[in-house]
Amino acid sequence: MSTLQMERREFLKFSVAASGGLLIGLYLPCASKSAAAEERSGSAFMPNAFLRIGTDERVTVIVNHSEMGQGVYTALPMLLAEELDADWNKVAYESAPVDPKYNHPVFGMQITGGSSSVWSGFEQYRNAGAAARAMLIAAAAQQWNADLATLRTESGVVLDGTNRKLTYGQLAEAAAKMTPPAKVTLKDPRAFRLIGTPAKRLDTPEKINGKAVFGIDVKNPGMLTAVLARAPVFGAKVKSFDDSHARNMPGVRKIVTVPSGVAVIADSFWQAKVARDAVRIDWDEGEMHAFSTTEMMQQFREQAKSPGTSVRRDGDPDAALAKAAQKIEAVYEVPYLSHLMMEPLNCAVDLRADSCEIWTGTQFQTVDRAAAAKAAGLPNEKVQIHTTFLGGGFGRRATPQSDFVVEAVHVAKAAGAQVKVVWTREDDMQGGWYRPAFLHAIVGGVDASGNPVSWRSRLVGQSIMAGTMFESMMMKGKQYDPASVEGVDDLPYEIPNLAVESHQAQVGVPVQWWRSVGHSHTGFATECFIDELAALGHKDPYQFRRALLTKHPRHLAVLDLAAQKAGWGKPLPKGRGRGIAVHFAFESYNAQVAEVSVSEGRVRVHRIVSAVDCGRYVNPGIIAAQLEGGAIFAASAALYQELTFENGRLQQTNFHTFPVMRMNECPEIETYIVESNEKSGGIGEPGVPCTAPAIANAVFAATGKRIRKLPIRMTEAV
Amino acid sequence: MISFSVNRRHVNLEVDPSTPLLWVLRENLGLTGTKYGCGMAQCGACTVHLDGEAIRSCVVPVSRAAGKEVTTIEGLSPDLSHPLQRAWIAEDVPQCGYCQSGQLMSAALLLREKPRPSDEDIDQAMTGNICRCGTYPRIRKAIHRAASMLSTEGAK
Repeated sequence: MSTLQMERREFLKFSVAASGGLLIGLYLPCASKSAAAEERSGSAFMPNAFLRIGTDERVTVIVNHSEMGQGVYTALPMLLAEELDADWNKVAYESAPVDPKYNHPVFGMQITGGSSSVWSGFEQYRNAGAAARAMLIAAAAQQWNADLATLRTESGVVLDGTNRKLTYGQLAEAAAKMTPPAKVTLKDPRAFRLIGTPAKRLDTPEKINGKAVFGIDVKNPGMLTAVLARAPVFGAKVKSFDDSHARNMPGVRKIVTVPSGVAVIADSFWQAKVARDAVRIDWDEGEMHAFSTTEMMQQFREQAKSPGTSVRRDGDPDAALAKAAQKIEAVYEVPYLSHLMMEPLNCAVDLRADSCEIWTGTQFQTVDRAAAAKAAGLPNEKVQIHTTFLGGGFGRRATPQSDFVVEAVHVAKAAGAQVKVVWTREDDMQGGWYRPAFLHAIVGGVDASGNPVSWRSRLVGQSIMAGTMFESMMMKGKQYDPASVEGVDDLPYEIPNLAVESHQAQVGVPVQWWRSVGHSHTGFATECFIDELAALGHKDPYQFRRALLTKHPRHLAVLDLAAQKAGWGKPLPKGRGRGIAVHFAFESYNAQVAEVSVSEGRVRVHRIVSAVDCGRYVNPGIIAAQLEGGAIFAASAALYQELTFENGRLQQTNFHTFPVMRMNECPEIETYIVESNEKSGGIGEPGVPCTAPAIANAVFAATGKRIRKLPIRMTEAV
Repeated sequence: MISFSVNRRHVNLEVDPSTPLLWVLRENLGLTGTKYGCGMAQCGACTVHLDGEAIRSCVVPVSRAAGKEVTTIEGLSPDLSHPLQRAWIAEDVPQCGYCQSGQLMSAALLLREKPRPSDEDIDQAMTGNICRCGTYPRIRKAIHRAASMLSTEGAK
């Protein structure tokens, strides 16, 4: 585990203690859905917060992480079912209510993020299953008047030495009367029957017959729909509005101002949307009215000319650079990016005098509940959140400010009825909380033999943490945001003189974590620059990396695996090039090799080989899916995506101006997993950082041109 | 009053005829399996069949459905038995799942027209359906798998 990752975990533990009223307030007990479920199911066996076994044999696992595609509704039940020896065909999932007992065991709040669900639940869910199994065995022993030691379990039944059987369903009522064990013994990993297998995802059936309920699908009787006109420029405020055309439109109930804009509340989405478009608003545009990303990047370039806050300094990079046989300087630039989940943001609220119920796809239940309670003027325990399926998350639905939840509570206050706020695609794209734009200037040198002797990284970009409730914890007296420099502050290459410096830009664009956070840009810059250094000394980029990673066996193993499977060094058809990259993020190691060709200025990615070491894994099928999806997500950004502003206004609106990779552009993707007994790492994000540099390095191999700016435009290659 | 049939059931609705079919399906008929993604026929999440033709229901006014037969994901099969649904399960296709109704409806039309589609056929038929999670490689495999199921089962 890197120092940074260690710090992050510690900080999050610390945050619970340090943040005073807010988080402590969140620990108050609330009316939990599970308690209600317990009542409903009557005789069911509910040994702990994570499990319910019915007399009908159904094993329901209550999942404390949000399902946004990454497979937690399968992987976490697998952990529990393994120790329970459940019949996998009888296992179901249910989303947890907001309750401290469902807090992330390391982060101390209910959150899905940081590629942490599986590693954080690895023992939690196994313990829950093992405890229940012990109680089922105890119940059977009592029924048979048998010695506990003579009983065993398999696939949802307890058996004795003569193969007499009692099913878990038959034992449920009796097991509920047993005392939970004070201590459980977990299986030796060699005895795993389910963990490590590509079990089919449990949520597939309801996702292919239209039954899965996403936030946007929530509809309670009498629920109205609201569409908002939000600020066209960040920070703009409503001066006045004219709704004379809108207010008499069919279905329109109310048109009101809320802190984020003007809300049109109607019987249906379409009525609300049509009326919203007819409201004329006079905005006080504020300080951002002339904001331009072109000018901002120019300022970033200027800032990068002066030293920033020191993040890391080994040796004397300046002196070493002065003595280097050859040197090179490169400036890498990446734009603002939208998370662009397929399901646009939405949030449904039933606000009463003494309660507030919320239905939404969120990654951040604890924080959302506190923010909703504050907006509603209710104590936390009067607010409940029902987490629906998330139509993608990628970080956008874990907003420290709970923007889309708080707004919906404000709209509900005005509506006087249950209301669901639905964002259009354009609203979602223009709504902010983007991956920050970054400029990363690197200067480096090699000695006469081509070995790197100096590297200095200087990054300019906005902090994600600054100004949030996490600032004091995450930045802990530092003058830089660790999330801005993660992935370069722990650069693994053996370079004796190395400096990392950070400039924290102050820009009024709200920014947030976007799948792989800082690694999404540091991976690009560092893995492109190491390629440039290799070329400086006429070295093979794969062998060059190998020689600098001798102290990092896990980096080496994924690098070797990807190179070998990709056929590194073997001839390619004319016009094609291969590029390689390796990166550590979220406790996992990934290497990728991309194969590309360039024709008429367009880059075509033909093949991506991705190898991962994520420690002990739970479901290799889900790991492969996350690596495939991570590469495609990252390739979309590398090839097509940028958000730009002129006159304070976002220039992109929908999929035609912010494209996503499509079927006909999708490369062949091969994934490989390094067998490992190390502690489990993440998988949702680690597959992202290597894709852009592997593609960019492949473009160099194919054309001799360097890509230093994303999205890739061959006209800007150097 | 607009009359049409949805998944073989007749419906009569009092609704503004300019309302996109998508919102009528979702809000008036409660068929929320069909999804909103872009509102401008860019992403394919809202794909349904109108008289056997794949359409983007977010830009088609409900008036165009008058007298016609609409099929949505809810009507693909009553019990997950459609070869595509079985193939989707076998290949573990969905991640977040939001786009999958549209993907399946586009794929269903492709298979009807080309029971043994080539990769190029798949590119052509499926390129209008965006998946942000990146399930394309599995969708491709699943379509091929469903095609071979069809040919095997058809031969019986």
